[in-house]
Amino acid sequence: MSASFTLQLLADEPQKLSLPLYVERVSAGFPSPAQDYVESELDLHKYCVRHPAATFFLRASGNSMTSVGMNDGDLLVIDRAVTPEHGDTIVATAGGEFIVRQLQLRPRLALRSLIPPHQAMYIDTDELDIFGVVTHFIHSTRSK
Amino acid sequence: MFALADVNSFYASCEQVFRPDLKGQPVVVASNNDGCVIARNKEAKALGIKMGEPWFKLREKGFTQKVHCFSSNYALYHSMSQRVMSVLEALAPRVEQYSIDEMFLDISGIDNCMSFEDFGRQLRTQVKTYTGLTIGVGAGPTKTLAKSAQWASKEWPQFGGVLALTTGNPIRTNKLLSLQPVEELWGVGRRLSKKLNSMGIVTALDLARTNAAFIRKNFSVVLERTVRELNGESCINLEEAPPTKQQIVVSRSFGSRITDYESMRQAISQYAQRAGEKLRQERQYTRHIGVFIKTSPFMEGEVYYANVASEKLMLPTRDTRDIIAASMKALDHIWIDGHRYAKAGIMLGDFFPTGVAQLNLFSDEQPRENSDALMKIIDNINTTGLGQIWFAGKGVDQAWRMKRDMLSPAFTTRWGDIPLARIR
Repeated sequence: MSASFTLQLLADEPQKLSLPLYVERVSAGFPSPAQDYVESELDLHKYCVRHPAATFFLRASGNSMTSVGMNDGDLLVIDRAVTPEHGDTIVATAGGEFIVRQLQLRPRLALRSLIPPHQAMYIDTDELDIFGVVTHFIHSTRSK
Repeated sequence: MFALADVNSFYASCEQVFRPDLKGQPVVVASNNDGCVIARNKEAKALGIKMGEPWFKLREKGFTQKVHCFSSNYALYHSMSQRVMSVLEALAPRVEQYSIDEMFLDISGIDNCMSFEDFGRQLRTQVKTYTGLTIGVGAGPTKTLAKSAQWASKEWPQFGGVLALTTGNPIRTNKLLSLQPVEELWGVGRRLSKKLNSMGIVTALDLARTNAAFIRKNFSVVLERTVRELNGESCINLEEAPPTKQQIVVSRSFGSRITDYESMRQAISQYAQRAGEKLRQERQYTRHIGVFIKTSPFMEGEVYYANVASEKLMLPTRDTRDIIAASMKALDHIWIDGHRYAKAGIMLGDFFPTGVAQLNLFSDEQPRENSDALMKIIDNINTTGLGQIWFAGKGVDQAWRMKRDMLSPAFTTRWGDIPLARIR
């Protein structure tokens, strides 16, 4: 066999799953007609988190005039397991802090600001320090 | 075939993952009550900071650069450890968590598709990508040899943190063991190695070549097992499920000395509540509740006092109320006014798995009604992180509470503590 095998993650850790087994009170004589059609409830956590061990939550702070609609105080869902690609919104390390930027791989490696006019920070490959890809961000419409 | 994965300077690295400003800076983590240094990163080691060095001494030393010190943040370390564990579990068929930062893996048969070292490197990259932590991997036909390989992978940087000892290459194994001092072996402590040294057994290889029967006669079966393991005979199996506990101990040193009875009652009451939670997690019932209190043995001009008392219950219990009541009774037996107490603790023992025990015909003691339901509700409230509920005995204003002045945020377990990312 060749030595170029790679092992893939087959399954991430089991997740909590709530199943509505009893949709309504079971009356003695008449079982619920829905009983055979029970499906699992939609789970927002499952929707946002594909790799639980590699997912971290960060809070966005700063300017709210972004072109992607990200606002100050939004919750960022960061997946470290996905490979960053051109155009991804990422969290990178620069100047000793985490910054949210857009990754540009072509024509030249750069971190583009999300705020118009999208200024680019050109860097070398070995300087690039990506914390993770922002796969989702969650904005609360009501202030607490 | 076993592999041992161990996270490099685990506590210090956890602190650094969420603090990009600390990159390349010396970081140390202090023990409970901010006493001594219990973890250092590479940069701190380079400054000559030793394990166990008291923090107050370190603070006064003038270093050329700032040394960042943190109180131990076990909420963070546990969360990161679970993440590492689940990455490894997804890649290896069987994993045993040996300690908070070390995991044994069963990697038998992996060599059918890739070399053990390639596999080790893959574990290393995967853990780094997922969690930001770096692991070292040692592999060997026995747990002891895997641990030795892991030791060597740290000792010599040219291995790149991954080293596998295989039965196909005994020369390499012997070479490594000849370079490893016997006290660095898994399961051989300093005291044992002194005795071994006096018999001319200095390196791991010396021990491997000693007659197993001789070792059993002069030392113990445990050390004999080490000898056999060094020769490639696997004697210690992977323990996936941790063995059931025989005893639960909750004890802490106080942030400041306790001199009054009321504070001590509060402290014992808090430990009793924590012990009760642990007991219910283990699904056990206890019948033996012990309490100990002690003063500091190192204070000059003070009389050292330490004592322990215990209560035996008629009925096994897992109810916090019973545990508190019994521990208060025990405390009354040993409390003496006038001492400055530095540490106290509570021990639960004599466990029954399901609460099945012989009742006494002449006793009118009855199990409490709805006890399980009440305890379940309390535990549920306390584990959601939304609020806390406790028995009033533990008090509200705890002046004696553990000192953790340099605690970092719980980056992964509390909404209010998650790190910030700047939009700019």
